Amino acid sequence: MEATPATKSPLTLVTHLTVLLLVALWTLPTAGLFISSLRDKDQLAVSGWWTALSSSSQSLQGRTGAAPDQKEENGVYVITGNLLGDTAGRVSAFGTTSREPEAYEAGAAADLGDGATLTVGEDGAYRLESPVPFESKRGQRVFVTAEQPPRFTLDNYREVLRSEGIGRSFVNSLTVAVPATIIPILIAAFAAYALAWMEFPGRALLIAAVVGLLVVPLQMSLIPLLRLYNGVAEVFGVPAKTYLGIWLAHTGFGMPLAIYLLRNYMAGLPREVLESARVDGASDFEIFTKIILPLSFPALASFAIFQFLWVWNDLLVAIVFLGAQDESLVLTGRLVNLLGSRGGNWEILTASAFITIVVPLLVFFTLQRYLVRGLLAGSVKGG
Amino acid sequence: MQQLFWALGTVVIGVVGCAGYFYVSNLVLDTLLPGRGPDPVRAGRNINRANLIRPWLFLAPAILALGIYLVYPVIESVWLSLHDRSGQNFVGLSNYVWMLNDPGFRESMFNNMLWLLVVPAAATGFGLAAAALTDRIWWGNIAKSLIFMPMAISFVGASVIWKFIYDYRAPGEPQIGILNALVTWFGGDPQAWLTIPFWNNFFLMVILVWIQTGFAMVILSAALRGIPEETVEAAVLDGANPIQIFFRIKMPQIWGTIAVVWTTITILVLKVFDIVLAMTNGQWRTQVLANLMFDWMFRGGGDFGRGAAIAVVIMVLVIPIMVWNIRRANAEMKGH
Repeated sequence: MEATPATKSPLTLVTHLTVLLLVALWTLPTAGLFISSLRDKDQLAVSGWWTALSSSSQSLQGRTGAAPDQKEENGVYVITGNLLGDTAGRVSAFGTTSREPEAYEAGAAADLGDGATLTVGEDGAYRLESPVPFESKRGQRVFVTAEQPPRFTLDNYREVLRSEGIGRSFVNSLTVAVPATIIPILIAAFAAYALAWMEFPGRALLIAAVVGLLVVPLQMSLIPLLRLYNGVAEVFGVPAKTYLGIWLAHTGFGMPLAIYLLRNYMAGLPREVLESARVDGASDFEIFTKIILPLSFPALASFAIFQFLWVWNDLLVAIVFLGAQDESLVLTGRLVNLLGSRGGNWEILTASAFITIVVPLLVFFTLQRYLVRGLLAGSVKGG
Repeated sequence: MQQLFWALGTVVIGVVGCAGYFYVSNLVLDTLLPGRGPDPVRAGRNINRANLIRPWLFLAPAILALGIYLVYPVIESVWLSLHDRSGQNFVGLSNYVWMLNDPGFRESMFNNMLWLLVVPAAATGFGLAAAALTDRIWWGNIAKSLIFMPMAISFVGASVIWKFIYDYRAPGEPQIGILNALVTWFGGDPQAWLTIPFWNNFFLMVILVWIQTGFAMVILSAALRGIPEETVEAAVLDGANPIQIFFRIKMPQIWGTIAVVWTTITILVLKVFDIVLAMTNGQWRTQVLANLMFDWMFRGGGDFGRGAAIAVVIMVLVIPIMVWNIRRANAEMKGH
């Protein structure tokens, strides 16, 4: 920190630049996704998101008016109109065949034969002239290359919420995440209190078991629990894949971290507070509910955030215990399906992906303090 | 919408139910073994007995949840791995023999070893660099928050983000994936990155490194701040430059924390499945154990024996870290 003046300035500059590079690498991918999700889908398909603010060149097709639209001006028959319609843009070139869509520059006159000419201006206005009356009922086909200003829109979001099932999945994700976050807390809190402040044989062994269970891979639980759920469903004649099932599953899987975090925190509370309460004749139950629980709020919040992020972002447990049918897909599952079925439609993928990550991001930025605290307390487990 | 009310109803029922269980069981205990009464000897004995029982009342729901969802499945998985696909007939070790000869398993094992070598090292390294550098600048906290952000993003969401980066268009067309855009800008040919065997593993690993660096940074940053000032000051007085101070004075003092971060990410790597499923689904030689296990669990109605055998392999790989964690936790508790 206290570098000598000679080495300080270049080193500080390097530090600033390196951190800037790291931050760029760590934020630009998400930024790219977000920007892309707001772009017009035609522009998104032909240019990178980093060009979102510059105009993009697009090939359009149009038709001029036909015989009924013509007017006679000084013995010349004329059809006028605008090929761009209401959209803004600047025409750079046009052509009348698909083989040469950029045959003429804007403002130049294209020879259509029999003395007829077509002129397309930069603003898309065209003028079709002929010495003889137009007879065709269909207009002349025109290809234009137009520079279009950047267009931003919420259409992509509207589309995925309406027709891609993202709205439905959002509700499903919420349905899974809220109870699966809240139910484990109370169960774990009582257990953590017992492990932190009550003396009984086997306590050390139980704590060791909890630490061990922290790292048991989820994969170990899947097949036995799937069989168990199917068995229970058969015996009682109920469906095997229910919300109750997944809530309980997340409760079980989150339990080791919950107990571990809360026990560590409760064990660190000052002994005097508890002793004085005991002397006053408070029972364990009263001490827990009136003193420990309120004091443990930061740890409870930490765990709640962890569990919420983990449940919301989970794919494996949701697929296995809730199923992959259309009506029960959570957001992560829906996104995997879209990656398969809509692989190239980036307007759908980017908007869907952003909807799935926006809730965790909000939680992250508003409650980061608790998240960091929880991480530091429970760094034995990592997600 | 209706199911949301259901969910909220469950929250209320669940919380009230839990609270009710704890309250009522506690009340029953107090009534059966009253701690106050005319006979002080008996009251004292009651208190002692109640104190023996009460912890288990508090622990019962948690132990039940841990037992059903973690302990029983571990035992059952080992047992199932010795059975055939239906889980009915005992087949001894034949699932493990099959595994050793299965090219898919060998490929997954090889890839998993690659992941284990690269991801924890890269994430910890970047995290350490970010922690050390952000502590020295005034906008360090903002930088930290931004590097930490991907931690909140799901593996599937991150996969979409990075698939967009790796997007491939035929040469000559405008590239909308930034990696190919950069490559063509420098005069190279665009590549379909995810389909290039061996190297595509690294393109998938990047995603996990990107997510986990923030985690490493937060923990290591706290550790760096916990280093006693005196050691650094002494080194400054001896004329050490900042780089020497970092590698010779600070690093040795945080080895323990580096090990924790490293092992935590190692466990995560062994479990990672979403990224591979979403990016390639194991095609182009990117299969990993967790995705292979998922595959066998559902393939053709599911082969529970083989799936369980693969899960057991993942578990065996985790056990050394588990033992180390338990020892460390025990040592910490004795220290307090």
